[in-house]
Amino acid sequence: MRALKISRKPAKFAVARLMSPISAAGAAKYGPLDLVNENAPALPSGDGWHRITPRLTGICGSDLSLVEGHASTYFDDWVSFPFVPGHEVVADCDDGRRVVLEPVLGHAARGLPLPFDGAAPGDGDDYAHLVGGCLEPGIQTGFCTSTGGGWSTELIAHESQLHAVPDDMSDECAVLVEPAAGGIHAALATWPAVKAALERGETPVVAVLGAGTMGLCAVAGLRAFVPGARIVVGARYPHQQALARALGADVAVPSDELSRAVRREVGCHVVGDHLSGGSHATIDAVGDSSSIAASIKFTRPRGRVVLLGMPAEVTVDLTGLWHRETALVGAYTYGTETLADGSRRHTFDLAIELARTARFDRLLSATYRLDEYEDAIAHAAAAGRRGAVKIAFDLRPPHQETR
Amino acid sequence: MPRPGFVLDVDRSTPPILFWRGENFSLEKLPAGRSRVIYPPEPLPAIDDIDGAIRHALLNPIDQDPLPSQLFPGMRLTIAFDDVSLPLPKMQRPDIRQRVIEAVLDLAAEAGVDDVHIIAALALHRRMTEAELRHAVGDRVYDAFAPRGYLYQHDAEDPDKLSFLGTTPHGEEVEINKRAAESDLLVYVNINLVAMDGGWKSTATGLSSYKSLRHHHNPETMTHSRSFMDQHRSELHKSNWRMGKVLLDSGVKVFQIETTLNTDTFPKPFDFLSKREWEWTARDRMTFLATTKALNRTPHRLARDIFHSIEAPHQMTSVQAGEVEAVHRITTEHVYKQQLVEVKGQTDILTMGIPYISPYNVHSILNPILVQVMAMGYYFNMYRGMPLVREGGVIIMTHPCRPEFNPVHHPSYIDFFEQVLADTTDPHVMSQKWEKQYAEDEWYKHLYRTGYAYHGVHPFYMWYWGTHGMKHCSRVIVVGGDPKTVRRLGFVPASTMDDALEIASDVVGRAPTITHLHTPPLMVADVSL
Repeated sequence: MRALKISRKPAKFAVARLMSPISAAGAAKYGPLDLVNENAPALPSGDGWHRITPRLTGICGSDLSLVEGHASTYFDDWVSFPFVPGHEVVADCDDGRRVVLEPVLGHAARGLPLPFDGAAPGDGDDYAHLVGGCLEPGIQTGFCTSTGGGWSTELIAHESQLHAVPDDMSDECAVLVEPAAGGIHAALATWPAVKAALERGETPVVAVLGAGTMGLCAVAGLRAFVPGARIVVGARYPHQQALARALGADVAVPSDELSRAVRREVGCHVVGDHLSGGSHATIDAVGDSSSIAASIKFTRPRGRVVLLGMPAEVTVDLTGLWHRETALVGAYTYGTETLADGSRRHTFDLAIELARTARFDRLLSATYRLDEYEDAIAHAAAAGRRGAVKIAFDLRPPHQETR
Repeated sequence: MPRPGFVLDVDRSTPPILFWRGENFSLEKLPAGRSRVIYPPEPLPAIDDIDGAIRHALLNPIDQDPLPSQLFPGMRLTIAFDDVSLPLPKMQRPDIRQRVIEAVLDLAAEAGVDDVHIIAALALHRRMTEAELRHAVGDRVYDAFAPRGYLYQHDAEDPDKLSFLGTTPHGEEVEINKRAAESDLLVYVNINLVAMDGGWKSTATGLSSYKSLRHHHNPETMTHSRSFMDQHRSELHKSNWRMGKVLLDSGVKVFQIETTLNTDTFPKPFDFLSKREWEWTARDRMTFLATTKALNRTPHRLARDIFHSIEAPHQMTSVQAGEVEAVHRITTEHVYKQQLVEVKGQTDILTMGIPYISPYNVHSILNPILVQVMAMGYYFNMYRGMPLVREGGVIIMTHPCRPEFNPVHHPSYIDFFEQVLADTTDPHVMSQKWEKQYAEDEWYKHLYRTGYAYHGVHPFYMWYWGTHGMKHCSRVIVVGGDPKTVRRLGFVPASTMDDALEIASDVVGRAPTITHLHTPPLMVADVSL
């Protein structure tokens, strides 16, 4: 198989880190990423394993941070090198199904007992399983040496990770199911704050800072699964603002205007550079020092900030968070969700529905062949600036029709 | 003897014409044979004995008893005065308001009046700083009244300090400052910089609240005010006059003191800005060159500070006191005498250079909304009879139109620019959809009452001010403006005057007539066919 592979080579990570501010393509070329021809991963001994051949695989922000050498050292113990990145996958399964991959390598995939009946791969309050069982450590497919990843022509996946793609859903739409699930998970993480506002008779305001793929998916998730919320989005680029509106935002403004837009919605005062009140909840889909600081400033006291964008090391003055008793919670992947009406659903099931109804295929801006990976990485790294949203690898044989 | 204003037909020998560009200027060559430039009249001579004239007006009022006979011990006397929005630029000390207020206070003291309040009639404008109040009323008045709380600023958002007086036959609610309404005598001290000022607008607008103002500061009224400088054809004035009748009927006794100024606008070395270009001396040309070159290298903020530090040498040309309407008729004649220029016929393109200042950005930034109001609200309306530009014509203005706002003075303007103008530039639509939210925003109210912010609704009023102009013209072009900002205003950006004329040719053809309004100094075009 052909694959893009990342090896643990500190010098190459250092080169990538140095080059990325100048050239993402250069970071891809001279960094830890190599295009290789090698044997496909072996199937583990347990039941339910399949070989899958990717059709489209997305390039995610977390993938970029790896390629560019910015990923946190936190992951050193949760991944296993060398690995093939790529976890936003629509693929053909060896049993003939067309599937999307739920990449978390959960209990079932590792041959371990489920934390509860019907648990999704992302469920569980003890992460020991992520480094145990029949696989090498790895939080997801795409970060585990045992399974391979989506930036290749073949990988292995466990039955618990596979979801059949409806026949009427295109590959271009299906490749957005995984980020859609992440967006829904973050959207539902605002529900406690939204619900409390509704119970007080207020109109809940949810701010979303950042409108790349994840921010846009969160907007769609809010509109679909968080009833009653007024959604205010701060997006850096005009096409992102337009998409945010199309996906259900009530207000979409340039990012640096978001604080004032939130203030207008809630009618509060401004004290220094903080709002006296603010949004009931905020989804930070950027995840850097300034976005976290900004989110705290325009989220109301005792409000909730949901950190969707993957941060690394950040420097933030948390005095405001302390004083305002703001809840800062992470939103990583997906699992089993409790919806507003009290029902429980797997996030991926919701995501498949949402990707279709919200026409997520419009978020896929460009595809590249695997051997064009330097251009693909460069495009993905500059997606917003270049008017794009999601960039993906197209691994289908040439001229194969989209389904 | 000062020369009257006149209209210059541009020919090949005409030198380039001065255009203001905010805190800078440029010289533009207008096409010969089809362009004309309207120059304002030269400044009229000031009254020699200003204090004597003021005292004479107070002792010999029009259609009212002399002021001393209206003053008595134990009475409640309120003196209201025009705020920081005029004159422009601020006048060299002593300000004419100081001289009038001191004269009134002298008479009040002679009559044994000791219950005197002095109120800045700022309506929904920003509050004045101590320095601005001192400049307007003088240190002696300020030190005697302000520390004890007898000199203060009208607060249109304090329900306990407002008095509802009734409604006009048109259903317009009249609510004004309670102290003013309940005084035995309200003395209003006005500076009539343009023909729009004064009359019942002083009290019915300057001392009122949003509840009253919304009845005439709206797109419908503005559309039917043609122009603001011609009070008999201005719905804005008719509404104020109706409100004035409610004031009278409810027993408010007003002693109106109105003053007019000449148009001696710029001191040396900026006096070349008031001259006609072909009369520029070598020194003027050198000053122009040195100034523009220096300003090109000066940070905007510093350039702004320099210009706002200018104090105008303009001086009083008339003062009259007494009954509001009788006084205002004479005042208006004096304004016209100074500012009126006869002009024959309309033009296809009206050009104008927008300066650094307007009534709403003293010591502040002429933000994009204020650029709009200067062009479409003020300069377009500087006419009597008919607009200078024909219906369907084009306005070309020069201004950098940067997306800069003073967050202390104009906080709601920032939101207006980001939210309202992003949604619509139609005054009627925005008044229905957005005005109430801004007028009732508690944060804006707080800043208006406790800081130095214009009221939340004020940017709407600024936009409405241009309603007639925007409806009348088919295109508005801004030369040298920030393109994104200009487009947000609904206007068309152009890099140069030649580009602007090319853009305009889509609408007015390739050989349009062009008229340049050479202001400031202020003028009103008396346009007839």
